[in-house]
Amino acid sequence: MQFGLDALGRRGVRFATKTGGLFLLFGKFVVSLRYLHRSMHLFFIQLYELGVKSLPLIGIIAVFVGAVSAWQAAYQFKFIGAPLRLLGQAVGKATVIELAPVLSAIVFAGRVGAGITAELGTMKVTEQIDALESMGINPVRYLIMPRVLACMLMVPFLVIFANFIAIMGALIVSVLGVDVSSDTFLRGFRDSFKMTDFINGLIKATVFGLTIGLVGCYEGFHTEGGAQGVGKATTTSVVISSVLILVFNFIFAMILFRL
Amino acid sequence: MNEPLIRIKDLGKSFERQKVLDGVDLDINRGESIVIIGQSGCGKSVLLKHLIRLLEPDRGEVLFDGKDVNAVEQSELVQIRRRVGMLFQSAALFDSMTVEENVGLGLRESRKHNEKEIHEIVQEKLTMVGLVSATDKSPAELSGGMRKRVGLARAIANDPEVLLYDEPTTGLDPITADMINSLIVELNTKLNVTSIAVTHDMKSAFKIADRIVMLYHGKVEFDGSPDQVRLTDNAIVKQFITGSAEGPVEVY
Repeated sequence: MQFGLDALGRRGVRFATKTGGLFLLFGKFVVSLRYLHRSMHLFFIQLYELGVKSLPLIGIIAVFVGAVSAWQAAYQFKFIGAPLRLLGQAVGKATVIELAPVLSAIVFAGRVGAGITAELGTMKVTEQIDALESMGINPVRYLIMPRVLACMLMVPFLVIFANFIAIMGALIVSVLGVDVSSDTFLRGFRDSFKMTDFINGLIKATVFGLTIGLVGCYEGFHTEGGAQGVGKATTTSVVISSVLILVFNFIFAMILFRL
Repeated sequence: MNEPLIRIKDLGKSFERQKVLDGVDLDINRGESIVIIGQSGCGKSVLLKHLIRLLEPDRGEVLFDGKDVNAVEQSELVQIRRRVGMLFQSAALFDSMTVEENVGLGLRESRKHNEKEIHEIVQEKLTMVGLVSATDKSPAELSGGMRKRVGLARAIANDPEVLLYDEPTTGLDPITADMINSLIVELNTKLNVTSIAVTHDMKSAFKIADRIVMLYHGKVEFDGSPDQVRLTDNAIVKQFITGSAEGPVEVY
């Protein structure tokens, strides 16, 4: 019993330390933004490395998510006897509100969040971060701020891209596999499209990007113990980011879509 | 009498429950070349990192030119760090950058020089360490000895007053190690710096030191000239410099 309480206490302390550490890092990130002009070149590199290079993966995932959504929706419509002309409406709504923001963010956490943690974690255990500090260079301004800001801007950009590709995937399946004309599909999509849904999706994506960047950098900066430590930190980073994305998504749903 | 450039008072540091430094007192004067020796894991590198606040102590203080490095504002800490150059144990080169970019990074970030000046300074420093031909190489293409020399060039790029060397010869073959030692002696003389090296390599210590300090059980066990080290009756120091497994030294 005593042992169980000890373990619970240690987990509690670790959770509180990590939560506090993330808020502290967010504060440092905000403060470091006033030196953005000095890190502009690093920021542009990160926009390309983290964002542009994620386009192919997000594109492949989005096209299949769109395709399978159309197929599954058609299957359910048939089952309950709903008219197939509503397919564009159903798939469009689901994509813009939930599928594109959440799936893009989770894929981004797996690709980019893991990459950030592995890179910074390796720099930590090989004393490269100490070396930066020893030269009087602030590692938050030099390493963290460009990455977190790039994540914040690139996740919404990738969500716009994923929206477009997923709808295209759904359209192709609807026309070729479900026998719904492109006119019917697009009319359904257009009729149900609301700009506020789209904007809400982008707001969510910005928060997801911030979360992925901060968690990735935090775990990287707190890596200990060589190659094994880097592996462990990378896994932790992806797990924490993914869970936070789903929790925040639920909170957003309750705030933005009141019953 | 001149004030010491660096004064360490009652410095204590523990990691988890392990006490690494337990009340270190040490004065380092301007122009001195001090070597701190001790067993692996005795806290030599930890002590070195405290000098520029890469680690923060649990107790005690480090005064750099009269200022407590743990109490100064961030901007003042940056100024102190720019007066110091550090060679890390594994050289800690930035592997995403070329040799030229590694050596020039501190200069670029200090924003005191234009690109032409930076290029000239980098070439000058790389010439001093005999690596001017490696300018465009990435750290992955360099041998251990070359990496240390690039690390040295980076450490001296800003013309520091103080040079810190963390295990400068660890992991190198004896010939390359001796070359690095000679380079350190040459740089210390040529640049007229205060140098503090930590090592467990006694050959290196005797070559570069004009004062040797031994850490044992988190405290200063011995402090004297290389000759005093050779002639000492202190059994712990004697065992360490002869590298014998028999004696009073506890192996961690």
